[in-house]
Amino acid sequence: MPQYAFHIDTSACSGCKACQAACRDKNNVGFDVKWRRVYEIEGGNWEQKDGVFTSLPFSYFISLSCNNCGNPVCVKACPTTAMHIGRNGITVIDSKLCIGCKYCEWACPYSAPQYDPTRKSMTKCDLCEDYVITGKKPACVDACPVRALDFGTYSEMSEKYGTENELHPLPDPVSYDPGMIIKPHRDAARAKNENAVVADKKEI
Amino acid sequence: MNAVTEKTRGNSFSRRLFVKLSALTGALLLRKGKKSDDTASVLSGYLASGEEKIIRTGCPAHNCGGRCLLKVHVRDGIITRIETDDRPGDDVSDPRLRACIRGRSYRARQYHPDRLKYPLKRTGKRGEGKFERISWDEAYDIMHREISRVVRQYGNSALFIPYGTGSYTNLNGRWPAVRLLNLLGGSLGYYNSYSWACTNIATPYVYGTLNTGNQRQDWLNSRYIILWGWNPAEMIDGTNSAWFIKKAREKGARTVCIDPRMSMSAVALADEWIPIRPGTDAAMMSAMAWVIISEKLTDDDFIRRCCSGYDSTQMPKGCENEESYKDYILGTRDGIPKTPQWAEKITAVPAATITRIAREYATLKPAVLYQGYGMQRRAYGEQVVRAGAALSAITGNIGIPGGWASGLASQAGGEPFWTTFPMGDNPVKARIPVFLWTEAIIRGKEMGAAEGVRGADRLDNNIKLIWSVASNILVNQHSNINRTIKIIGDEKLVEFIAVQDNFLTPSAKYADLVLPACTQFETWGVEDGWKYGEEVFLTPQIVDPPYETKSDYRICADLAKRFGVWDEFTAGGKDEKAWAEWIINEYYRKTRFPEMPKFKELLESNAGVYVRPVSEPVVALAAFRKDPGKHPLSTPTGKIELFSKPLFDMKQPGEIPAVPKYITEWESPFGSEAEKYPLQAIGHHYMPRVHSTHDNNEMTMNAFPQKVYINETDAGKRNIRNGDMVRVWNDRGALVAKCKVTSKILPGVIDIPQGAWYNPGEDGTDFGGNINILTTERWTPLAKGNPQHTIMVQVEKYRKG
Repeated sequence: MPQYAFHIDTSACSGCKACQAACRDKNNVGFDVKWRRVYEIEGGNWEQKDGVFTSLPFSYFISLSCNNCGNPVCVKACPTTAMHIGRNGITVIDSKLCIGCKYCEWACPYSAPQYDPTRKSMTKCDLCEDYVITGKKPACVDACPVRALDFGTYSEMSEKYGTENELHPLPDPVSYDPGMIIKPHRDAARAKNENAVVADKKEI
Repeated sequence: MNAVTEKTRGNSFSRRLFVKLSALTGALLLRKGKKSDDTASVLSGYLASGEEKIIRTGCPAHNCGGRCLLKVHVRDGIITRIETDDRPGDDVSDPRLRACIRGRSYRARQYHPDRLKYPLKRTGKRGEGKFERISWDEAYDIMHREISRVVRQYGNSALFIPYGTGSYTNLNGRWPAVRLLNLLGGSLGYYNSYSWACTNIATPYVYGTLNTGNQRQDWLNSRYIILWGWNPAEMIDGTNSAWFIKKAREKGARTVCIDPRMSMSAVALADEWIPIRPGTDAAMMSAMAWVIISEKLTDDDFIRRCCSGYDSTQMPKGCENEESYKDYILGTRDGIPKTPQWAEKITAVPAATITRIAREYATLKPAVLYQGYGMQRRAYGEQVVRAGAALSAITGNIGIPGGWASGLASQAGGEPFWTTFPMGDNPVKARIPVFLWTEAIIRGKEMGAAEGVRGADRLDNNIKLIWSVASNILVNQHSNINRTIKIIGDEKLVEFIAVQDNFLTPSAKYADLVLPACTQFETWGVEDGWKYGEEVFLTPQIVDPPYETKSDYRICADLAKRFGVWDEFTAGGKDEKAWAEWIINEYYRKTRFPEMPKFKELLESNAGVYVRPVSEPVVALAAFRKDPGKHPLSTPTGKIELFSKPLFDMKQPGEIPAVPKYITEWESPFGSEAEKYPLQAIGHHYMPRVHSTHDNNEMTMNAFPQKVYINETDAGKRNIRNGDMVRVWNDRGALVAKCKVTSKILPGVIDIPQGAWYNPGEDGTDFGGNINILTTERWTPLAKGNPQHTIMVQVEKYRKG
């Protein structure tokens, strides 16, 4: 079974959250959870001299859902096998087995599994499996106004976009083998050097 | 399609859903403030079971700059999902029209528990927000009685239908109301808009036309693009504008964003962000001109052939000895050369940066200097429009592929119609500048040419009756709310106010009569592109109007019956669908789009949109550039007027100079007012809203809550931390809102995204975060436009009590 992957062009993402809205609308996700999250990275300082500003801040956005990892730590963390790799190679949750213990949430470095108090269960992006099996792309991908997202099998995506999967401040991908290929923003290197942070964690 | 049975089923279900919503939320109408997430839980909890239909339609865009395609899923008469354009292809000539968060979040607005359901009559004091439910019969009686009385007592020119864009198809919104009043003897008219008052008036003084924009696909031919105060990724200035810029970058164009904020566009579309002090753009532009002229980077041939007033050799007759554009830039007359060092102190942009950008713009040709509209909603907004156009002119970036003439830049080769619904002639000829309607309430009879009145020497009435359709201008979107509510709260001034809308907006709370209108999904309409676009959308009725809501057209048609003009109003009995058919078959097909499918065909195809692909983008002013003698502009000289004799003849050189100048604003960091109010406040167009529409949409506002954006330096000085509630105030009023401390805004500037709903506390402090509690009603000198971004304020950490 091929691994699916998202391509995330952080050089073009404006942080508009059309992807997130499309996800909410399609999957009827309530406001307690965000299956797709848009991180705002912010760093850099102002230097003022005689009323003139010389050094500048920088910023970029990372739109992230479930990366359908090749090494899904969420599956390993689940005590009930509710979190499992399903028929179509997509990591999904069997809500009948889920006890809402949140181990998967703690394990996942991308915050993909989230507890939904309304559904009283862990929930997570399922890559719009119902779309994917009919050949459609996930709702978020087809929503992007600047076409900064793409989706397909990992081999399709890496052929088109290469294999870059590191971006500050995302975790080192080595341990997870995420289905994620990234085009870094022009300030990604600077962000790493200056250890830029997520601007407003409460907003995520 | 079995329309009849579906209708019945749909109606019962939508009613049931609303009952469910109401049960969850209790008494809805008069509640203050914002709600919990009822909408979301209902949306996610509702499982429709019937057969699914998918209908393609235009996004209810309101006054968004984009026009996008939605694929609306309907089951049992309920909208269950909203997808967007998935047409095959998606190339530059005919890209998918993908909706933003506003379109994708529409269900939360559509099924909002606060939707107006019944006509309401005021029971308390005006503005108090107390109403009782009445029947449509009684509502129509009141409308009929009040309109007739005011016409009898004062005349038709005392009636006014304000500017409003809360519903904005060719068929919905204020147009039917205008048509009705025109049949009844007319009403006071207006001209211009709140969006681009200054550029709308100033651009023709330079070019003799508003059509100064190339079709957007032409940006891919540019080598250098300046996004000057332009934020298409957020404001959606044209569906796909951001994507076209991305494509231009992929082809090698360098892009620069000049803006006080590191906007979403600065992050995603620009190679470089240059922060600039608000209201000083014309100073930087003048300094760029100084560099370009001093370093001989001008396109002399273009200037000689196509411009007028550049230097002393080409001054118009009778002005031979006046100050030319070049005189001003070099400081020949005023002794102030507009050097980058001069501009640095004003703009806060380093002189070296100004010099570099000037060189890049003048040498990396063809180049685009795209002006956003925020910079012209300012005290001297007219100047910046002309200063930008002058840069395009002296570098010869006009009339060529990949260039851009700047100015308003309505699309060459055919602009949208905006509205095609026939409103008929207004027997009242007098028109006021749109921004001056409160003046026309308090002293209309004193208003004449000096206040920009057109069509009459003087108004013969003060406004006595307001019928506000799909508009939040009465309170929320006009300047200086505390002043506005005093004026419209006085029943001796405006004697009757009717508001027709989807929600009990801050404006609707000031109504004597509230008429519940349905949404765009619940009636028929036709949309076309905003400033750009080669698209015509057919927006069919997708679900039934819930409860007693009706379309704007239906309300007016019912009223027409009361007035005995139903036949004339409906043109012999046309309903909404028949008008949509008329607009497509009799208007679009007979004017700009003769090749487009007929109404029936378009409807049956369920395409939702007709698009004319653009493979060879039209370039504005190309014929003029080629042969200015044969294709003169409609300016007095037939050329691009860097010096304008008509403006010179106005004899107000301090505020309306004949050449574009930087003028210090009436409220600025450079005046004594800065001692008390040291921060500039701007109110940018915010991603989750279209003006004030969607402010009550939890789905958009959850993603982008209303906030005051403040630089960490300014926050630090005031002991303000990220997430604190802050109080922002000046002499006109005060607001309280949560703040976001950020490095992405210039120190000395705060941003309060415009459009939040006014929500006053007992002492009049606004807790909605509406910037108009702080803005001024003073109008710009030439356009009589709104200067809502020119304000100085102070900020402190908010402490209750």
